[in-house]
Amino acid sequence: MIKIDQLTKSFVFKDDRLVAINNVSATIQDGEFLGIIGSSGAGKSTLLRCLSLIEKPDQGTIWLDDVDLFKLKGKDLIRMRRQLGIVFQGYHLLEQRTVFDNIAFPLRLTHMKEEEITQRVDSLIQLVGLSGKSSSYPSQLSGGQKQRVAIARALTSEPTLLLCDEPTSALDVVTTKAILDLLKEIHRKTNVTVIIITHELSVVKSACDRMIVMNEGQFVEDGKVIDIFASPSHPMTKLLLSYQEGVL
Amino acid sequence: MSDLLIKGLLDTLTIVFMSTLFSFIGGFPLGVLLVIWKKEGIAPWVIGEKILGSLVNVIRSIPFIILMIALFPITRLIVGRGYGVNASIVALVIGAIPFVARLVESALEEVDDGLIKAAITMGATPWQIVTKVYLIESIPSLIRSVSLTMITLVGYAAMAGAVGGGGLGDIAIRYGLHRYQTDIMLITIVMMVILVQLIQNIFHFLAVSLDRRRITN
Ligand SMILES: Nc1ncnc2c1ncn2[C@@H]1O[C@H](COP(=O)(O)OP(=O)(O)OP(=O)(O)O)[C@@H](O)[C@H]1O
Ligand SMILES: [Mg+2]
Repeated sequence: MIKIDQLTKSFVFKDDRLVAINNVSATIQDGEFLGIIGSSGAGKSTLLRCLSLIEKPDQGTIWLDDVDLFKLKGKDLIRMRRQLGIVFQGYHLLEQRTVFDNIAFPLRLTHMKEEEITQRVDSLIQLVGLSGKSSSYPSQLSGGQKQRVAIARALTSEPTLLLCDEPTSALDVVTTKAILDLLKEIHRKTNVTVIIITHELSVVKSACDRMIVMNEGQFVEDGKVIDIFASPSHPMTKLLLSYQEGVL
Repeated sequence: MSDLLIKGLLDTLTIVFMSTLFSFIGGFPLGVLLVIWKKEGIAPWVIGEKILGSLVNVIRSIPFIILMIALFPITRLIVGRGYGVNASIVALVIGAIPFVARLVESALEEVDDGLIKAAITMGATPWQIVTKVYLIESIPSLIRSVSLTMITLVGYAAMAGAVGGGGLGDIAIRYGLHRYQTDIMLITIVMMVILVQLIQNIFHFLAVSLDRRRITN
């Protein structure tokens, strides 16, 4: 269970203070498939950076089960990071390494035996549909294939939480659907908790069970996707929905 | 005469190779420190970075020929005398370490910052980030840095030759300039041009063939 507890994060430039996340709280149960949606500048990526432990909040905290994530230091922090799977907005693959070595990378940071690594990586390559590509380099892959590598890499350490920042925003509709189907399949098979950050309502609609709408640093709507689509309450949600009409 | 030139060439090669080797041994770790100590680096230590950065800049801003002469006492202390091949190597290494440090720094800085962040979130320690991400991802640039260092050192070695440092530069000055043997002067120049071309081409080939990004779309 993840508990986001009154989280606040602001950025200060000179005399100006910009509140990117403004006192947000939510509880996410194990095995949920949550979409966080909001327009540009809403604070989504900042929230994800807090969840992935690269940014510290000013106030509040995030609990993972009974661990206060921002109290972790040194070895404990590194161990916790290895338990999170993160798919980044820009893939961020190692350009000088093969698909196999990219996916194996998180495991090679630990003391895992090479046989075990090979076994796990091979099965992930299968899972994400990249059979035959294991010795290709990222520069030889399409955007969708790179995203598959990124997803496989995020799954190597068998995380309990998979965080995805705009996993499909650089992809065309067909590839987007394939990637979302893959994430759904992974979710079904492993029951990993998935949090997707997106600005596309269609992503939330086709993949998520629950959605949170973010606006100006706050959670303005939180509930089941079907319920919110049926009766949005916040003006921002209504606005987002109005743009989507006819598209889906 | 050909014996003289062959000896000169061998001396130059020794000077260039040895000083490249030692300036990388010295400059490489400094380049890494310059990157990781930065405010946004993976092991920030701003004061350390400032001090190291300034030191590097100070040495780099001294013209090499002056540095070489100023280093005479130190060279003499290390190799026993202030002239000859070994003395040149010592002076060149000291002069080239800061140069290499900056080259390594800029090679590592080409690595996508997002990738470094990603590696951190995957639980990589600073040491692992340096050895498994920075160094591997910047291999092509690092190879180019070696090439650039060697080529620069061919030139500097010739300058060192002018103050009795041995090698082709020494011959060019002693015979070509002081004894008006223009043919020797020309031959040494041609040899140095060929040497530079060879270094350039070999390392360019290496950098390109080891770069896995070459098959781009
Ligand atoms: N490192 C930073 N320094 C200063 N301001 C920042 C920083 N990161 C984010 N911000 C500001 O915080 C606000 C929220 O940014 P954030 O990147 O979280 O938005 P977002 O919802 O992810 O938007 P997008 O959909 O465009 O990616 C923005 O106004 C942004 O300018
Ligand atoms: Mg964003």
